[in-house]
Amino acid sequence: MSRVGWIRIAVLVIAIGLLELCCRIGLIDHRVVIPPSQMADALVRLLISGDANDQIVRTFGIVIIAALTSVVAGFALGLIIHALPRVRQSLDPFFATYYAVPIFIFYPVLIVIFGLSVIPIVLMGVATAIVAMIIATLNGLDRVPQVLTKVARVHRMGTIATALLLKLPAAAPHLFTGVKLAVSYAFIGVIASEFILAPAGLGRVISDAYSDFNNRRMYALMLLLIIVATAVNMALHVVDQRWAERRGIAKP
Amino acid sequence: MTARDEDIHASLSGVTRVYPGAAGTPPVHALGPIDLELKRGEFFAVVGPSGCGKSTLLEVLAGLQQPTAGTVTFEGRPVSGKVSDGIGVVFQEDASFPWLTVWDNAAFGLRRNGVAAADIRRRVDDALAFMGLTDFARAYPAQLSGGMRQRVCISRTLVLQPRLILLDEPFGALDAQTRLLMGDEVLRLWRRTGATILLITHALDEAAMLADRIGAMSARPGRFLDIVVTGWPRERDSKIVSEAGFAEITGRLWDNLRGESMKSLGHSGVMAG
Repeated sequence: MSRVGWIRIAVLVIAIGLLELCCRIGLIDHRVVIPPSQMADALVRLLISGDANDQIVRTFGIVIIAALTSVVAGFALGLIIHALPRVRQSLDPFFATYYAVPIFIFYPVLIVIFGLSVIPIVLMGVATAIVAMIIATLNGLDRVPQVLTKVARVHRMGTIATALLLKLPAAAPHLFTGVKLAVSYAFIGVIASEFILAPAGLGRVISDAYSDFNNRRMYALMLLLIIVATAVNMALHVVDQRWAERRGIAKP
Repeated sequence: MTARDEDIHASLSGVTRVYPGAAGTPPVHALGPIDLELKRGEFFAVVGPSGCGKSTLLEVLAGLQQPTAGTVTFEGRPVSGKVSDGIGVVFQEDASFPWLTVWDNAAFGLRRNGVAAADIRRRVDDALAFMGLTDFARAYPAQLSGGMRQRVCISRTLVLQPRLILLDEPFGALDAQTRLLMGDEVLRLWRRTGATILLITHALDEAAMLADRIGAMSARPGRFLDIVVTGWPRERDSKIVSEAGFAEITGRLWDNLRGESMKSLGHSGVMAG
């Protein structure tokens, strides 16, 4: 492992160690935060018992559906908008201000329309994530070198072959940034929606545990979410880094 | 078809190219009228001041742009806004595909054309060996120098066995020594393939070293002011720069271009070359 990697681990271990210490010596009230070791213990027991398995599968299933929908639909919409400059000009201000709007204000409307089911949660996940993918697609396509379009014409490639065989791979590093953001935003959108109002799911279980003062259950599930979200993001980051190295793009 | 017609590999007749003006600006007459006949297997270079329409000339001949007026033919057939089979183009910009290895870059066109795998392997290995890239077959373009990346692009063109190769300032971004060596490689390629080559360059010495004939173009709108016949033997390399006649050729080209380059400076920033 590189020196930077060791420093990263050291920072993490020190932070967790400090939190553990503060909880153990009573600097932080155990009714507010339990020690990280107890969070981990509670999580292991919860997973072994299988008590929350249905909720875990449900929530991560919804996140996967929302993320995949956002990536595929966001890429397709990005391609279409990029091909229509006037449409793009008219939409650009909306994209620029999209994340300034608190999207969750629309959640009650979706519940009124679709009922208290999975659909409003998936839609909130997609609504949170899709614009990041559209913007990344537009950004990526803008940066495809003009000369590649000429190369495509020299090889007598049609529009679809040019898009799939040249433009898509050429724009891939930017698209991948969109994928990373879309996955993160899908997590946020789904968990937050479940937390506000849902019949089931990890967000709902955490909310219930919070209301019942069940700190062990609440922190166990929060730890699970942090571990899964971080692991997914790290995996995407590693893939991104390998691609970047191969292409000679320096990424921090 | 007469023997003379068969000898003409590609031609431009009365070709002009006028770009429509952007909002509120007048149209830009970039090129022509131009008449040019490229003989089968000859090496023709085009030199001219910046913005004189050299690249436009190449793109019209390639079929990447439609001429505003005039006709373009390749092997007796008209070229009209579509690149004909048998024409290969190498651009000034790095056009290698960074997501593919050197080998896969070279194989790209053959795979597109549905060539059999064994044939692809043979032709790509052969082209990479010829361009001195065998040891870098598994490398990615980002791991190579600018000159080597340009060789990857030439290999990608070479494997398709084009009969007309159009080179648009392919060594423009390279240092002087590398350009001389790349020039040697292009001469080797030309002799081996027997292809007709049209080279666009701003370097008079490069044109004088490589070409059988050199067209000196005026400032925009680009027209041929002079066609210089070098008279070099087919077997030549970069050592030719020390020949007595070499300075004579570059001197004659400069005589033609000096005034045009001054005019072009007066027009600077209007159009790319």
